[in-house]
Amino acid sequence: MSSGSGAPVAHETAHEPVFAGKAKQRLEALYPKFPTKQACLLPALWIVQEERGWISPAAMAEVGELLGVTPAYVRGVVTFYTMYHTHPVGRHFIQVCTTSPCHLCGSDEVVKTLLKETGCGELGATSADGRFTVIEVECLGACGFATPIMIGNDFIESVTPDRVPGILAGYR
Amino acid sequence: MGFPHPSHPKETVLLSKHFGEPGARSFAGWTERGGYQALKKALGMTPEAIIEELKASGLRGRGGAGFPTGLKWSFMPKGDGKPHYLCCNADESEPGTFKDREIMRWTPHALIEGCAIACHAIGAEVCYIYIRGEFTDPLQVMEQAVAEAYGNGALGGNAFGSGKRIEIVLFRGAGAYICGEETALMNSLEGKRGNPRIKPPFPAAAGVFGMPTTINNVETLAAVPHIINRGAVWYKALCLGNPKSTGTKLFSVCGHVLKPGNYEVTLGFPMKELIYDLAGGMRPGRTLKAVIPGGSSVPIMNRAEAESALCDYEGIVEQGSMLGSAGFIVMDDSADIVYEVYRLAKFYAHESCAQCTQCREGTAWTTKILERILKGQGKPEDLDLLLELSDQMTGKTICVLSDSCAAPIVSGIKKFRSEFDAYLSRAKAPALASA
Repeated sequence: MSSGSGAPVAHETAHEPVFAGKAKQRLEALYPKFPTKQACLLPALWIVQEERGWISPAAMAEVGELLGVTPAYVRGVVTFYTMYHTHPVGRHFIQVCTTSPCHLCGSDEVVKTLLKETGCGELGATSADGRFTVIEVECLGACGFATPIMIGNDFIESVTPDRVPGILAGYR
Repeated sequence: MGFPHPSHPKETVLLSKHFGEPGARSFAGWTERGGYQALKKALGMTPEAIIEELKASGLRGRGGAGFPTGLKWSFMPKGDGKPHYLCCNADESEPGTFKDREIMRWTPHALIEGCAIACHAIGAEVCYIYIRGEFTDPLQVMEQAVAEAYGNGALGGNAFGSGKRIEIVLFRGAGAYICGEETALMNSLEGKRGNPRIKPPFPAAAGVFGMPTTINNVETLAAVPHIINRGAVWYKALCLGNPKSTGTKLFSVCGHVLKPGNYEVTLGFPMKELIYDLAGGMRPGRTLKAVIPGGSSVPIMNRAEAESALCDYEGIVEQGSMLGSAGFIVMDDSADIVYEVYRLAKFYAHESCAQCTQCREGTAWTTKILERILKGQGKPEDLDLLLELSDQMTGKTICVLSDSCAAPIVSGIKKFRSEFDAYLSRAKAPALASA
């Protein structure tokens, strides 16, 4: 898997534990659902990302400690999956599908318009105001609704260049 | 129905009957539509009787491989004293395929019911539904539906008072196409990188957490309640002449058609009618050039093959490709086959888990060679090189990701060679700018 794994890993200044209070309760509620603690690794990483927006090395170590695996092991898992962020991203993380079915239906123009309208300029860059990051993503599994994009957790179907300004207006 | 379009008279709607009806998502709404009768009936049957019914129905896996479902269930050991698991593969990521997403977001209880019946049949108390991370809406709908199924006694320690424990746990993936491969999915579920495992052992012997496991696709499981309700004889009769391919199937049609969508037809349906009648055909002034029918991992069909193929497991093989997950990527005469083949190779290069050399290197190098052809920098020997690499990528790795990358390349060169030659001879302007 390539996304994110090649980028230098960012660091937090000081790590406040993620798994305290509600986040801890959420994780502990998962343990009985699986025969091993390690099976809670992906769900635990989701909790970290929901709480902090990205997964820092200190958070990886914290998760590893809780689930009985090493920080390096956790990092190996984090970097395998494209949806985990190993560095901070814009407040609104935009993923545009450009795999063949969407490419046939004009996804390149959607990408261009998004880069222009968000001010990101290029793929992977964060806009100067810190609001947006735009990346290309492989098949989002909604090929009949080309072009689908994701903004954070919002899944938006049938995006065309002329719809882009209206969609972004909801995320300013 | 051809969601998001109204149902077409040529469709046979079982699985998609309630697509687009928000009312079908609730437990009450599902029950009103006849839901959960099959689970209640199945809980009164022996596991053996359910498996026999499934075998007799002819139902085959809808995820891509087409393995007979009843036979797969029968491989689970009996009286071994170990915990058994059911995994539902909802990691739908095959380019061109978008059917499981619709099943989950419109008829979540159909899937829950299918999972619960399968659990009973294979002696599993726990089912993990592995949903791809990007499917935020289907996940939310499924979460609500699972909670309701527990609340109404369909799931839990005593499912519908049967004394059987049936639990369903939803598991969110995190972005990795390869986790749709069954053993990669199991590794991911165990908190590991999604690397496929060497088989054997097969999942029925040692699957998730090392225990006997059955893994089925969403659409396969959603078909099970219909078979239990109406019987194997009825299901097997849903057949257009080929007794090896029975029942209905959702076909996701996308790309250059006027009405992209999910169409449900009886297996054996003519591809020509599916593309031109149901999916609306080509845009005005355009003609059909090619179809990749199985999701992207199968050989490209040219127009003549596509227009004469019957849509079932054997019919598409006869016309030079495979049914796969039945996601049709349709291309009209404006499509650049070389570019689309490159785009797919790039997809596989990105998604390779990188454990096997042939795949890690092969997907990357074929992408680079195709890129150079598109930049107008191709060499005369490049097509032979691509074919040789593709040969090394086929049948030599732990899983079939690298075979899947090779299939569109080999068939693309074989069936559309002149388009490659046009770039190589510089007759055609480069499609990619050279850096």
